[in-house]
Amino acid sequence: MSIEVVVENLKGKFAASILEVAEFRGETTVIVKKEEIVAICSYLKMSEGFNFLSDLCGVDYLGKKDDRFMVVYNLYNISTHARLRLKVAVAEKDATVDSVASVWGTANWHERECWDLLGISFNNHPDLRRILMPADWVGHPLRKDYPVQGPDRAPYQGGLS
Amino acid sequence: MALTETMTVNMGPQHPSTHGVLQLILELDGETVIKATPHIGFLHRGVEKLSEERTYHQVLPLTDRLDYLAPMHNNLAYVLAVEKLFGITEAIPERAKTIRVMMAEITRLKSHLVWLACHALDIGAMTVFLYCFREREMIMDMYEKLSGARMTSNYFRVGGLSADLPAGFEADVRSFIDVMPGHIDTYEGLLNGNIIWQKRIQGVGVISAEDAIDIGLSGPSLRGSGVDWDLRRDNPYSGYENYDFKVCVEQGCDTWARYRVRLAEMRESVKIIRQTLDRLQAGPIMADCPKICLPPKKDVVNTIEGLIHQFKIISDGPKPEVGEIYQGVENPKGEVGFYLVSDGSGRPYRMKIRPASFVNLQALPQMVQGRMIADVVAIIGTLDIVLGEIDR
Repeated sequence: MSIEVVVENLKGKFAASILEVAEFRGETTVIVKKEEIVAICSYLKMSEGFNFLSDLCGVDYLGKKDDRFMVVYNLYNISTHARLRLKVAVAEKDATVDSVASVWGTANWHERECWDLLGISFNNHPDLRRILMPADWVGHPLRKDYPVQGPDRAPYQGGLS
Repeated sequence: MALTETMTVNMGPQHPSTHGVLQLILELDGETVIKATPHIGFLHRGVEKLSEERTYHQVLPLTDRLDYLAPMHNNLAYVLAVEKLFGITEAIPERAKTIRVMMAEITRLKSHLVWLACHALDIGAMTVFLYCFREREMIMDMYEKLSGARMTSNYFRVGGLSADLPAGFEADVRSFIDVMPGHIDTYEGLLNGNIIWQKRIQGVGVISAEDAIDIGLSGPSLRGSGVDWDLRRDNPYSGYENYDFKVCVEQGCDTWARYRVRLAEMRESVKIIRQTLDRLQAGPIMADCPKICLPPKKDVVNTIEGLIHQFKIISDGPKPEVGEIYQGVENPKGEVGFYLVSDGSGRPYRMKIRPASFVNLQALPQMVQGRMIADVVAIIGTLDIVLGEIDR
């Protein structure tokens, strides 16, 4: 079953929630409404065989898009070896998405990482704590307005001596 | 009825069998583990953040330092991802692809040797450790000859390779793969019939195929649970579709099954390396895409045009189209993937690494639950984690 068929099925089932379908270098990306993400993920896992969540991450589009963040889900089907990417837009003032940890257990740590590094919170997550940064860290380092040298430090000027 | 009380014990981050800076908070009832909570991030260096400040060529050395036991696989995943983003996958010359496969498989052997050495050492079989490190040293020497470094090789380049094979390298590889199957027999001879080894790993760390897929296990850890999936065969890259090799699967779901899978994989790697040597033909090692790829080193050091070319490519960086791609490869530990987002500038807008060890470690709490504390060591070993990749 090709990925076009999956996208057509998805459109048929969740017509109102599919915002955009993009194709780049042979990879398909579907942007969906964030309210429906758990329903869409469950459907893709149960009916279309996307049983493996390869990766989940957030992207900060500060100043580039109306909604500041995107949460990206890279799905994989172990039987057909097909890949599909889902994305949801997340606004800065309501930076929460429903957790998909109930669909794929592996999402647990990926979502913790996304919360830790980008400050996107996940509803109904079983254990939403920081994972890579220390527990008392302030700020979310992968945000575009977080300086690369860390807070309260002058930018690195290079080894000029 | 006796009153029982659970005890919380801190294991790591300074503990020899956690294979790096992994901290486990173990809740124990006597010697039985009730609950394990991993704490990670002690080695977090912000590779993803740093990469946003660098050009696509400058990110490459950072990838060596992820899974430092298999640096060439990280390099390979990254260069394949960038090549896909630029749309030059088809332009990579045959010789470069073949050498990439050859080095990737040598690296798989290197990583599996460290895994076997440390796994056996943790369980008490010290001899195996010394034998494995002896063979690993041969690979280290090859690395040094090829790239000048024993661990952080940084040998692949976007579009091809940094340099051709040095003189005599093919003969080194050939003599290595001639002796390697005999060495693998030795390891198996030391371990397979060893009753302590059997008792310590058979039936330990059981995870069903369904649970393993749900928690995201990949690579040999997943194949030990009977899932027949290998990216080299199923989503081939760098010409893997042209090689004849077997995907090793075991149905046991335990540490013993994963041990069998990895040893069988080592034999398959030797087979693939032999095929690459037979296929290796003279030819270019860099794609003919001067706007994207680095010029040959001899031009850089001998001509002013070459020097300027190199300078422009490194400092300004080639600019891909706006878009996003994901590229996964079969690392010795599992699926390592790079998700790159381009905004049309010379630097990655966002680079997300999908580390195999990070996801595999997530299975640890459910695998150790209800087991004895000594099994924790065996289960950490069987998951084959590298903290450099987990913490990034």
